Amino acid sequence: MAGKPRGSMAESGGREALAIQVSGLSKAYGPRLVLRGLDLILQWGEFLTVFGPNGSGKTTLIKVLATIARPDAGEVSIAGFDLSKDATAVRRNIGVVTHQPLLYADLTCRENLMFHGRMFGLKRLDERIEQAADMVGLRPHLSRRVGTLSHGLQKRASLARAILHDPPILLLDEPETGLDQEALEMLTAIASAGDRGRRTVLMATHSLDRGLALGDRVAILANGRIAFEEERAMVDEATLRDIYGRHTRVAP
Amino acid sequence: MTGFWSVVATMMWKDVLTELRAKEVVTAVLTFAILTLVILNFAVNKETQFTPIVAPGVLWVSFTFAGVLGLTRTFALEKDRGNLEGLLLTPTGRDALFVGKMLGGLTFMLAAEAVLLPFFAVLFDVSPFQPMLLLVILLATLGFVAVGTLFSAIAVNTRSREIMLPMLFLPIVVPVVIGAVAATSGVLEGRSWGEIARWVQLIAVFDVLALLFSAFAFEHVIQE
Repeated sequence: MAGKPRGSMAESGGREALAIQVSGLSKAYGPRLVLRGLDLILQWGEFLTVFGPNGSGKTTLIKVLATIARPDAGEVSIAGFDLSKDATAVRRNIGVVTHQPLLYADLTCRENLMFHGRMFGLKRLDERIEQAADMVGLRPHLSRRVGTLSHGLQKRASLARAILHDPPILLLDEPETGLDQEALEMLTAIASAGDRGRRTVLMATHSLDRGLALGDRVAILANGRIAFEEERAMVDEATLRDIYGRHTRVAP
Repeated sequence: MTGFWSVVATMMWKDVLTELRAKEVVTAVLTFAILTLVILNFAVNKETQFTPIVAPGVLWVSFTFAGVLGLTRTFALEKDRGNLEGLLLTPTGRDALFVGKMLGGLTFMLAAEAVLLPFFAVLFDVSPFQPMLLLVILLATLGFVAVGTLFSAIAVNTRSREIMLPMLFLPIVVPVVIGAVAATSGVLEGRSWGEIARWVQLIAVFDVLALLFSAFAFEHVIQE
């Protein structure tokens, strides 16, 4: 299951380093402590699904790992790079999908991908754009302005942006929202990424069935900590639903 | 790291292309500035000897408030669809992001000023197309936009950004506006370089300090 870092895609801080290693991570917004000493490890090639109710800290965790938000305490290492010391190298190794598409509404899908590709200094950009568009089923819409696309197509464009630089690690914050039934196969394809080994994926979601279908490992985030963590094969949906309810007092 | 000037050029390409499609920033700036010039033109009696004294103030009032409007809109467009986060996810130097964003803002503001100057010339019966005045406008606009880009990045994360930007930004940029008004007045009155030079030097020093400080501080203000 867990593979080596996909060396051809991006540099790594060390071949033996874990994909993601989080220790004692805390983050507060004003007086509200969102993450409270969170610990987390992802091996290379692993797909971890993190469940949690609204306000449990899923988005904050993704934002900290994505270098968008600064942690208040704790250590975070991604692809062997220390987040606090080498954020630029971390950014080269991650692709991020958030609630918002992070695309310019007045530019076409191709222009948006061109912009992000240039910001990453990518070569053979036209070829990469078409590969990414094919992977998420966006090719027929590349010349359309993002603002004219449906929510689902914008989400696909956002996924294309996230995988354009072929990152070995994906951080997905509720990526399935607005996507149709093809989403599961598409996300699986993105995670597997062809014959060069699997990507490492951390996906935060509300959706128990989709999260269980995709994850190798599942975790429940409650009160700013990982309250439960288990191999997917070791837990069925009914058990997980029961555990989720106990930790969060909310039905998933 | 991606090349500095490559990032700057890409940022400018994106901002100009977006503006050519949306026409939100330049349209808002021009409408506001032309209205300001027209209204203040009615308040000033052009037959009196006060016109050369009042006209530079009118010009820079319209540039300043229209510029604030444009700067607010420029960053609001980044923030509204989460694109600021998209920029933060790229492995680029934050100083390059700042310079790219600032040069985009400078381009829009200079374009708006180029349209406004003929209106100003006709309404106030003055001749603004003089190399010295164009230099003053270029330098003052550069300092204005350098500080404005930093402060609009700060204000965009606040709840009432349209109010916060002028409150934070205008007190800081007062020296460059005063210098610009004085230098413009000197040029329109036909004074010598020696009399105007100290105001141009003040603006130039402000520009250097504004560029250095803003590029340094930008990284700290855009991170959540």
